[in-house]
Amino acid sequence: MSPAEAAAPSPSPPLLVVEGVTKRFAGVTALSDVSLEVRPGEILGLLGENGAGKSTLLKILSGVMPPSSGRIIFDGVEFNPHNPQDAKRLGIVTIYQELSLIPTLTVAENIFIGRAPLGRFGLVSWRKMEEDSRAIIARVGLDLDPATPVSALSVAEQQLVEIARALSLKSRLIIMDEPTSALTETEVQKLMSIMDRLRKDGVAIMFVTHRLEEASAICDRMTVLRDGRLAGHLDRDGGPIKLPKIIEKMVGRAASELYARPTLRDVAGDVRLSVRGLRTVRDPQAPHAIVLEGVDLDLKAGEILGVAGLVGSGRTELARAIFGADRIAAGTITLDGKTIAPETPADAIALGIGLVPEDRKHQAIFAALGILTNFSIAALGHYSNAAGFMAERREREALASYRKTLSIRMASPEQPIEGLSGGNQQKVILARWLARDPKVLIVDEPTRGVDVGAKAEVHQILVQLAARGIAIMMISSELPEVLAVSDRIVTMRRGRITGEMPGIESTEEKLMELMALDQTQEATQ
Amino acid sequence: MTSTTEPSQRGGINVARLLMSFGPLMFLALLIVVFTVLKPSFIDPINIFNIMRQISITGLIALGMTFVILTAGIDLSVGSLLAFCGMVAAVVAKGGTANTLSLSTSGTQGYGWFAALLAAVVVGAMAGGVQGFAITRLKVPPFVVTLGGLTVFRGLTLTISNGGPISGFDASMRWFGTGLIGPVPVPAIIFAAAAILCHIVLRYTRYGRAVYAVGGNAEAARLSGLRVDRILISVYVIVGFFAGLAAFVLSARLNSSEAVAGIGYELTVISAVVIGGTSLFGGIGSVGGTVVGAALIGVLQNGLQFNNVSSYTQSIVIGLILILAVAFDRWLKSRVRR
Repeated sequence: MSPAEAAAPSPSPPLLVVEGVTKRFAGVTALSDVSLEVRPGEILGLLGENGAGKSTLLKILSGVMPPSSGRIIFDGVEFNPHNPQDAKRLGIVTIYQELSLIPTLTVAENIFIGRAPLGRFGLVSWRKMEEDSRAIIARVGLDLDPATPVSALSVAEQQLVEIARALSLKSRLIIMDEPTSALTETEVQKLMSIMDRLRKDGVAIMFVTHRLEEASAICDRMTVLRDGRLAGHLDRDGGPIKLPKIIEKMVGRAASELYARPTLRDVAGDVRLSVRGLRTVRDPQAPHAIVLEGVDLDLKAGEILGVAGLVGSGRTELARAIFGADRIAAGTITLDGKTIAPETPADAIALGIGLVPEDRKHQAIFAALGILTNFSIAALGHYSNAAGFMAERREREALASYRKTLSIRMASPEQPIEGLSGGNQQKVILARWLARDPKVLIVDEPTRGVDVGAKAEVHQILVQLAARGIAIMMISSELPEVLAVSDRIVTMRRGRITGEMPGIESTEEKLMELMALDQTQEATQ
Repeated sequence: MTSTTEPSQRGGINVARLLMSFGPLMFLALLIVVFTVLKPSFIDPINIFNIMRQISITGLIALGMTFVILTAGIDLSVGSLLAFCGMVAAVVAKGGTANTLSLSTSGTQGYGWFAALLAAVVVGAMAGGVQGFAITRLKVPPFVVTLGGLTVFRGLTLTISNGGPISGFDASMRWFGTGLIGPVPVPAIIFAAAAILCHIVLRYTRYGRAVYAVGGNAEAARLSGLRVDRILISVYVIVGFFAGLAAFVLSARLNSSEAVAGIGYELTVISAVVIGGTSLFGGIGSVGGTVVGAALIGVLQNGLQFNNVSSYTQSIVIGLILILAVAFDRWLKSRVRR
């Protein structure tokens, strides 16, 4: 051993080694010859587009299913879990987006589920259980009463409880599947700092995410999958791993293409939609829910108005209030100069307003139904005759034309929509509204859960729609997206508009500054 | 039921898809073959028409129940509602509750079959509407509302009939239960016509699309501009209408409206719909499936009877078939998904 090598801190041997793992399903290879390593005390990012094979790999590592070939070595021995409990016992815990805590039980009960400490007479020792729980959750920075039922906790807190439970089970590798997707920005920061602390304690973490910025900020190394194969490994080299590098590995094209700014368009349209003093009703059952506290907003024909705000800023509530989905307490909405008061989405739609909701799975698609039904559902009147019979040929022709113009990749109009990728599902939802030729289209997180490649396509579609004169309000938490397509940008926080600036003058820094404001303030620069 | 038969890329899935669409139908064919082998007279036209007559009553209600279950709802009140509508029809046909037991067929004081039919379906539809209102506006789950309805309608039936039957209708009314057109029993023709109508409504109309959409994802349906509450109320009106129609046919066939008619029908009806492949979670299913489901139960009952299997054993077999049919459906779906 040379002196130079001895001086360098020797890298600890890998805790998990995945070697040439392949998974085949009837006729399809979901994962092909994938290898990776995770060492104790490091955070490995696992990235890839939808369908790249991340979920398959997670299912194999968490014991849900075995690989078709290849081997996995954990802590020096072959790792062949028969079921998820097995994997957990061996020291690999996977924390999914859908948390596995039992909401009606307390924090302590959840942590000690199935292994409650016993006291005299073999009865559960509640006091010991709560004391131990307090110590366990302190490790993840939580300071709350262990007797609190889990249902009273925020998603972020529940996640931390789940991590704490994993730690108390002596887990040595924690796999987190999209842990930040339901968190607010502050909560994300907190989770990151806890991950950092765990890393220092020698815990290995595999961080699966779509959010490249977060991955870049915290990961020591990254493994990128693409089309079921290994696209490459990236190492932190002095500074964080650069986004363009990751994106290049994921889609194999220069990142600069993705967020190409549209050429500055001439937006000379009249004011289409005007909102004044809009307030929404506070639901007594959800006192912490966000309500609008008086929103003023103008939206012009042919314009894309970007609404930037964090989760909980009131951006989605604004969309829902205009769309008639939530009840309005005060304020006026005018459309083309006429005051409107939509009480239901049906009213708003009849007036020419469309909404692509933020949660595609629960609010937009009919998962088990065919693409044709999903496409035409908001425009049934357009594709049926006076007697109520569907004009199916016309309907199919319309879908075929949108399939071409929006380049929707699908097998047939009868194919269940759940079989499409996120990007293609979103295009079908866009087509649903285009079929009505709306005056105003509100899109809430239009590219959430959409592959990087398809994101650019969705952006192109939005720009084209605006060019046709549709007034578009685009809500997004991804600033690069807001900057890429908006003609004008407003920022929101706590149910209020906090600032406004033309898209061309905006930068991420300026927007972030406005998003942090509490009161309305015009951008000065 | 043609909507799921698009060409598929992969062989294995293709078979599963095909089974999913035609599984109950193949099972029905298998049953018919088995019963015919056991006793060749099973396949005689007389027996086949007999089966058709037998399934037409619950079959009619099952058509309506298909709409309800497609919206992820359920209606447990149909058996009681059938008895209630039957009693209303009898009262109208006889012009009152005075001579409940007279078997006179003169019908001089009554209002005739048409008024009786109209009364039955209108009362059925209204009863369904009230339940639909309670479900959508009072936000009480369908299971609870219609469980209440099950008791309420039975009680109303017993109240107006004073516990006994009302019997003796004129020939023109009885024709709807016992008549033949050519060799085919009239109830079977009514059932077939209603099935075709329901199939057309669900498969080819705007309303049919809306029913599937509401069952597939009620929130997405609302955000797509559908008046979800109205559609939900409408499906309970439809099942109530069919309970009324079935009640009329049953009374005509028995020449009597019994206060205890239709007890347990809700289970047969729901079984037929579910065996036919309609998902209790809504959004998936078809009228064709329901017809096959109803026929399957009818063939099973008749075939077992034909082979002198006791009615006790019959109910065991039918219950097991129900569970197996749903298990089979689940299994197929898990194969198709992954």
